[in-house]
Amino acid sequence: MIKKTYDAIIIGGGAAGLSAAWNVAKAGFSTAIIERENCLGGILNQCIHTGFGLHRFGKELSGPEYAEMDIDLVAANKVDSFINTTVFEIRSNGILKSVFASSAEGVTEFETRAVILSMGCRERNRGNLGIPGTRPSGIMTAGLAQRLLNIEGYLPGRKAVIIGSGDIGLIMARRLTWSGAIVMGVIEILPYPSGLARNIAQCLDDFEIPLYLGHTVSAINGKERVESVDVSPFKDGVPSLSGTFKIDCDTVLISAGLIPENELSVKAGVKLSNATGGPYVDSSMMTNVPGIFACGNVLHVHDLVDYVSEESENCGSAVVSYLSSDECSCTQGNISAGSNIKYIVPSKYRTGIPQKFYMRSLMPFENAMLTVKCADKILFERKLKYVRPPEMQSFTLTPEMTDGLNENSPEINVSLTEV
Amino acid sequence: MNSMDYDVVVVGSGVVGASIARLLSSYELKAAVIEKFPDACFGVSKANSGIIHGAFHHATTTLKARLELKGNMMYDQLHKELGFPFKRTGIIVAAFSSEEMKTVRLLYKQGVANGAPGIEICGSERLLNLEPGLNPDIAGGLYAPFAGVVEPYRFVFSLMESAQLNGLDFIRDFEVVRSSYDGKLHQVFSSDGRAVAASFVINAAGLYADKISEIFNGEKFKIHPRKGEEFLLDRNSPARPNNVIFPVPAKESKGMLVIPTVEGTTMIGPTSEKIDDKEDSSTTYSNMERIFLQASRMVSGISRRDVITSFSGLRPVLENEDFLIEKSQMAPAFIQVAGIQSPGLTAAPAIAEYVLEILSKDCGLKLEKKKSFIPEISRTEKIYGISPEKLDELIEKNPAYGNIVCRCEQISEAEIVDAIRKGHTTIDGIKFYTRSGMGRCQGGFCTYKILKIISRETGIPIDHITRRGNGSFITGERISGELK
Amino acid sequence: MKKKLICIICPAGCTIETETDDADLVKVSGNKCPRGAEYARKELLSPERTVTAVVPSDSEVLPFIPVRTDKAISRNLVSQLLKTIYSIKVKTPVKRGSVLIENFQASGVNVIFSRSVKN
Repeated sequence: MIKKTYDAIIIGGGAAGLSAAWNVAKAGFSTAIIERENCLGGILNQCIHTGFGLHRFGKELSGPEYAEMDIDLVAANKVDSFINTTVFEIRSNGILKSVFASSAEGVTEFETRAVILSMGCRERNRGNLGIPGTRPSGIMTAGLAQRLLNIEGYLPGRKAVIIGSGDIGLIMARRLTWSGAIVMGVIEILPYPSGLARNIAQCLDDFEIPLYLGHTVSAINGKERVESVDVSPFKDGVPSLSGTFKIDCDTVLISAGLIPENELSVKAGVKLSNATGGPYVDSSMMTNVPGIFACGNVLHVHDLVDYVSEESENCGSAVVSYLSSDECSCTQGNISAGSNIKYIVPSKYRTGIPQKFYMRSLMPFENAMLTVKCADKILFERKLKYVRPPEMQSFTLTPEMTDGLNENSPEINVSLTEV
Repeated sequence: MNSMDYDVVVVGSGVVGASIARLLSSYELKAAVIEKFPDACFGVSKANSGIIHGAFHHATTTLKARLELKGNMMYDQLHKELGFPFKRTGIIVAAFSSEEMKTVRLLYKQGVANGAPGIEICGSERLLNLEPGLNPDIAGGLYAPFAGVVEPYRFVFSLMESAQLNGLDFIRDFEVVRSSYDGKLHQVFSSDGRAVAASFVINAAGLYADKISEIFNGEKFKIHPRKGEEFLLDRNSPARPNNVIFPVPAKESKGMLVIPTVEGTTMIGPTSEKIDDKEDSSTTYSNMERIFLQASRMVSGISRRDVITSFSGLRPVLENEDFLIEKSQMAPAFIQVAGIQSPGLTAAPAIAEYVLEILSKDCGLKLEKKKSFIPEISRTEKIYGISPEKLDELIEKNPAYGNIVCRCEQISEAEIVDAIRKGHTTIDGIKFYTRSGMGRCQGGFCTYKILKIISRETGIPIDHITRRGNGSFITGERISGELK
Repeated sequence: MKKKLICIICPAGCTIETETDDADLVKVSGNKCPRGAEYARKELLSPERTVTAVVPSDSEVLPFIPVRTDKAISRNLVSQLLKTIYSIKVKTPVKRGSVLIENFQASGVNVIFSRSVKN
């Protein structure tokens, strides 16, 4: 067995891992990324459409370009990267961690003081959604179709129906059309689209692809390859079969949400939140296991890569503090999701430093008031326009806002209310 | 005798055909299995609950009951020789009322009469000790400790591998459409114009045993498909009983179960629904609701959040509900093995012995044990759950062990290549052989990798690779520059 | 001709109803601000899109390389542009940002590589 030692090990070389890595390395700590695919960049490599980097770089880049910016920074900061290498176990020996990874060269034990989890997420599939019907070929997640088309160059099918109006599904509708396939429709169970308005306009409306809101696929039909789907209105939590109609297709793409991929984390003793599917992290982005940190989509699913990078840079900085042992010794308090909020990340705050929080609402608001309170005391309030569950919200808690809190760091509550 | 002439040809490579095939291969015979699909176990046996039953569900008078117990007892030896995943987990029949306890007592008596070893009636306290995950409202139940679970496709594949190792021919993609008999030999023709000849033909065609019987001018009977829908839960689901949990049985089926599969996942189902279409393997919304309701009544922690896939299987059922295993009265040199529904998987090894007995006694085929018979098959090391040290050793011998292709079930490239070299060249064939794509992502991450490996190993272009033969292509053609 | 549009300028996403005659936009309603009218005019009279695609290459590692237009191009040219891209076979190495197609049909728009490929 090969043995290597680093100050920090980053598991996963996608957007999150790359940003975290170069931020740790630029402070002078030895850092390595372990990536299971044959190159760095993660899912960004197959997201060849533009729309990445507007917040971070002020311009619209494609996924591969965005990834390459970070890959260049990783190289410039002397981060080692191990590709075609899969981590299968993390062990804690007190303060030290052993990360075991396999590759064609053998098993390597990486000994390290800090582990950053940045494995990303996986797509919800047909089984998760419980879509009835037969089991022919031609049913795949939008991500697999994207991989086949954008990296391998194969057209997944000629006539497709897309389940779910998330951005990946919408983007794939355009990609398929531009590659010569026909997209027969997009089926969304909710009464409103999950994707951005821009993608509805430019990926569906441009090609007159119908969007069936409040509908669900009540059966997939076909023996060898998909032949059609049954589409039914979705009423009172069940498909209303009397309104069912058929759409002919040879391919069904599923774009109905993402699940943080934390099986490795759980095996390492990391506790997960039911609301996010990702680990609970404190204000240093550290999980309940000391020395194990998390950022990006493995922590909670983001809708913009710019936020993944921002969060991961913060995680990188927190790991630098951890490794330098100059962590703020002040206590941390809980920050919790109140009315109309699905979750808030991180789940702890500390006074004396500015800290960014990310959250999602439980319902759409045209005008909402974001309120951060400690008991009855309002720490700050802000008006938000057009809050939608698919779009992540964020705010920064400044030292001034938490100035008045006592040393026990009492619980802070965040809520959204209609105004 | 011609080079393509066989002493015995078995139609079908499900668990029955494969069990017969392996037993045939232990005798000095020239035998073959013909299969309409590109791989073994692609029919009835694929969508199976994988239970080795406890010999208490069926009346002593039935052929089923006799073969069930005998078959069950043969599994340990087979497991030792072939190494397929198998575990004697035990079965619990959970009763929730005094009325249901009455049925439990009947089952107990039936089991004792069948000779089922070790079965007992338990009170609620003993049951909850045996199985802490049971609903605490339980009244009592039956416990059959020698029942168990098996991975059905691994079992069938290993039987076929063993049979082939011992000289049996496995002829794939051979759909029987016509036959003739000249008094000595059957000529059997496939849809694509191939032919094999055999002195004896065994009908182990599962759902289509009626059609095959007709082709050979045998008995006219009808196989009625009875559909069962099942749901598979993630291996991290909190609902993971130690035993297979049965409800008290209904009239026509054993009811919907909670099954701790031998692979570490939990399966719930199956429903039992008479249908007409033998190709209808669809699942429905309403049955999903029923399965979850019933399973949750018995075991706590069952959640729809944990579903990774669902499927349905069809049981091949004869009018009288029993197995039909006999020398045909109408077709010459033809043996019927039909209506093999539950407990067919359990009984399969005993069915094979029963069939060989018919071949020897009723058909006069001389059976001579093959001295060179090798009972064991080679075993490919699997990396799931092994220690870093052991994995390192494997990689040193074969670097392909270091490339983890299926992340959810931890299947290495070495295991995929092994499956391909053993003749499994469809996505489903590789999935059932290795478990790649059976985990929580259901192939979302590994499918393209497996496509590439199949293509590299076999030379089949990626857009010609299928899920399970025929037109079940995974992807369309490669972008060539022509925009249509 | 009447047409409905979703405005993509801000998160409000107004549904704008428009009416055009042969050459001009004659009626706009449903927009909450003047930017909506401007968006509708552009969308109806001279719509432009950023085009992304993959181009076949001679690389073993990356047989298809992602490319995009360096700015939005007239929607009328999209289909021709895609045909052109798919019919090319690129010789690697290529560098991110370098030009694959220069000034496509005098549109002033270039197609550039989105990813660097060594071989």
